[in-house]
Amino acid sequence: MNFWVNFIVAAVVAGTPLLFGTLGEIMNERVGHLNLGVEGMMSLGAIAGFMVGYKTDNFALAMIAAFLSGAAGALVYAVVTVTFMANHTVAGLTLTIFGIGLTNVIGFHYLGMSESGTLKLPEQITQQMRSIHIEGLSDIPVIGDLLFQYNPFVYLGIVFAILLALFYNRTKAGLNVIAIGENPAAADAAGVHVTAWKYVNIVIGGGICGIGGAFTIMITNGGVWISDCVGGLGWIAVALVIFATWKPMNAIWGAFVFGAMRILKYYVNKEIIHIPDAFYDMLPFLVTAIILVVVSVRQVKDKAQPAACGTNYFREDR
Amino acid sequence: MSEQYAIECRGITKIFGGKVTANDHVDLQLKFGEILALLGENGSGKTTLMNMLSGIYRPDGGTIFVRGEEVFINSPVDAMNLGIGMIHQHFKLVNVFSAMDNIAIGTKGRRLSTAKMREKIREISSRFGLEVDPDKKIYDMSVSEKQTVEILKVLYRGSDILILDEPTAVLTPQETEKLFAILKKMRDEGKAIIIITHKLNEVMEISDRVSVLRKGKSVASVNTAETDELKLTELMVGHSVDLSIRRPETDKKDGVLKVSGLSVTGAEGMKMLKDVSFEVKGGEILGVAGVAGSGQKELCEAITGLIPFEQGSVKLEDTELKGKSPFEILNLGVSISFVPEDRLGMGLVSSMGITDNMLLRTYYKTPGLFIDRKPAKEMADKLIDRLQILTPGTETPVRLLSGGNVQKVLLGREIESAPRVLITAYAVRGLDINSSYAIYDLLNEQKEKGVAVLNIGEDLDVLLALCDRILVLCHGEVTGIVDAKNTTKEQLGLLMTGIKQEKEAAHV
Repeated sequence: MNFWVNFIVAAVVAGTPLLFGTLGEIMNERVGHLNLGVEGMMSLGAIAGFMVGYKTDNFALAMIAAFLSGAAGALVYAVVTVTFMANHTVAGLTLTIFGIGLTNVIGFHYLGMSESGTLKLPEQITQQMRSIHIEGLSDIPVIGDLLFQYNPFVYLGIVFAILLALFYNRTKAGLNVIAIGENPAAADAAGVHVTAWKYVNIVIGGGICGIGGAFTIMITNGGVWISDCVGGLGWIAVALVIFATWKPMNAIWGAFVFGAMRILKYYVNKEIIHIPDAFYDMLPFLVTAIILVVVSVRQVKDKAQPAACGTNYFREDR
Repeated sequence: MSEQYAIECRGITKIFGGKVTANDHVDLQLKFGEILALLGENGSGKTTLMNMLSGIYRPDGGTIFVRGEEVFINSPVDAMNLGIGMIHQHFKLVNVFSAMDNIAIGTKGRRLSTAKMREKIREISSRFGLEVDPDKKIYDMSVSEKQTVEILKVLYRGSDILILDEPTAVLTPQETEKLFAILKKMRDEGKAIIIITHKLNEVMEISDRVSVLRKGKSVASVNTAETDELKLTELMVGHSVDLSIRRPETDKKDGVLKVSGLSVTGAEGMKMLKDVSFEVKGGEILGVAGVAGSGQKELCEAITGLIPFEQGSVKLEDTELKGKSPFEILNLGVSISFVPEDRLGMGLVSSMGITDNMLLRTYYKTPGLFIDRKPAKEMADKLIDRLQILTPGTETPVRLLSGGNVQKVLLGREIESAPRVLITAYAVRGLDINSSYAIYDLLNEQKEKGVAVLNIGEDLDVLLALCDRILVLCHGEVTGIVDAKNTTKEQLGLLMTGIKQEKEAAHV
């Protein structure tokens, strides 16, 4: 029993940065922009969150910085793709390369300046990122452990997902946004401000990715700076969007399933099952590949990628 | 001031890129309670003018009055607020949404509950005699259902000025009649309607007044009752024309292309063609009629080897084509100038010039490592000269040419390879009268040379006038093969909806 509780809790924590990345990418793809810059935006969020936290000792400011830097990366992407109509794939890949590169440059610079050769967030902040403890609720056996003792990021991610789902399913603006991703010309003709909504969604999506990036350095690495801290999570998030069939609610459990795969290697009894660790590291990617095949074979229209995803829209195009 | 016009345009001018004048001081008046037909050839500026009314383009000069007040329409939202609704030629619908959600996109206020929305749609539908299931997804709909949704979209927003851009291009005669009944009902309710069309018989049937545009200028506005098709054509083209289509008599040669028992299963396991059998003789044009999506595309692709088929056979004289590659079939002399929904999709490479597009069909014939562009260039020059293709040069990307000229390039290239079978699909789609007749002449020329021509068409009047025999497809089945000389449009229409021909009459 205890083993399973520990496993699930660890899976949820490991899945949380994926959840942020996935939600951010869903927001991008829902307005028709295939943004492969998730890895880059998460990296930007990681370095900005870490450095602001390091300098100011303020957790809230660190979070805002993470959001804004991810959003700034997305804004560049939006200008390039929405306004100047560049190719999405190229722009996204460039953003990823740029984000990782810039992050590592800044990281190395400060590492070189530190006396101990390591960078660590001050105690004041690590304190605030610790798992919450609600008197009474968190003490309930099993349920308390499973539901009420995570770090604030986990709850924030789930709240984001629920809000996004409500936005898509219940509001008129959400309907308009989905219409943009499916057929921007139709949305435009119906009086939806296509360009404005694209910017808003891409930029906020980028900000959410940035928070996911901050998670990797603050929680996963316990507030100690390392290079390449995002380490491919952004790519898994892009795949998770497909797994979640572009629906925020699916992203929640999808992220936790993928989180479970990431930590599986620590929970398998190596005495009994002899598989190299590399296999577990590969697992999320293998599952993604299988999902891609299954999804493309099934061709369910309602669960497909937004029809206009990856294309640019120009009103006077003929 | 003038009496209350719904829309009045005065001296509207639109210049593209500083040199192409699409509209040159165009005047137009539209009253409430009337249907105005806007007539003109391709490139005469009809759609440009309407796009300015619906907020897609902005005029460079002139003024627009709506309900007597001067307005500036900067976006579709502005147009909507003025009560102007446009039904575009290419539907602007979200495929994965239901009819209801499509109608709700972009409307003001909060998102209504499904029940309320359904009620509202039902109310409007019954008022104008529209039939649509609010919960049906667009991808499950027929073309005419989609159009109904487009009309509902406009009505739902309370528009009382409607613009329809070639609404009948994709409809069967029966569906067209239904649409016209709806339009008349809307007119009687006091709405102002502009309908853009090429088809003169429809202009005569539906409109109260006709405004004619030629080369971006307004030529005339006449009452429909005081004019006829010939006069309108003259106004449109600028000189008198002969509207009859030639159907030369030729010696038929049996069994050039023989299709028997052809069945094709589509990507989603649906039967796209069911046991299709027919023959195209040398020196004849066999027309294919049918509602869009009845298997025309599959038929073309099966014959030319683009898609495999499990049952049946396709024979070119004595050679079985089944199992051969498109390349082999092409070299046997089966030529296809297939024009899918977008003209430049399958036939030509839009960003290449005419010469390079010619090369696509000949480059492999010259030996050696390098390509010799000279023969292709000569061929391009010859085609431009012979077919009077309007282009700045042989190297101008074909996408910059007008529709009629693109079509001439495509057909010209196929004909140049001296085919034994020529397949054309929607050869005149979207072309104006002059270009259309040039294409008909090309087809007739091939027919007289003894080529077996299979012509997939959509305008029944044209099919009846041009073809020798007409094969009708409905849901992938042949519902009849009729002699074009003694068949009426109504008979074809019935066959297209699946009412099979009497057995005796089937052998013509």
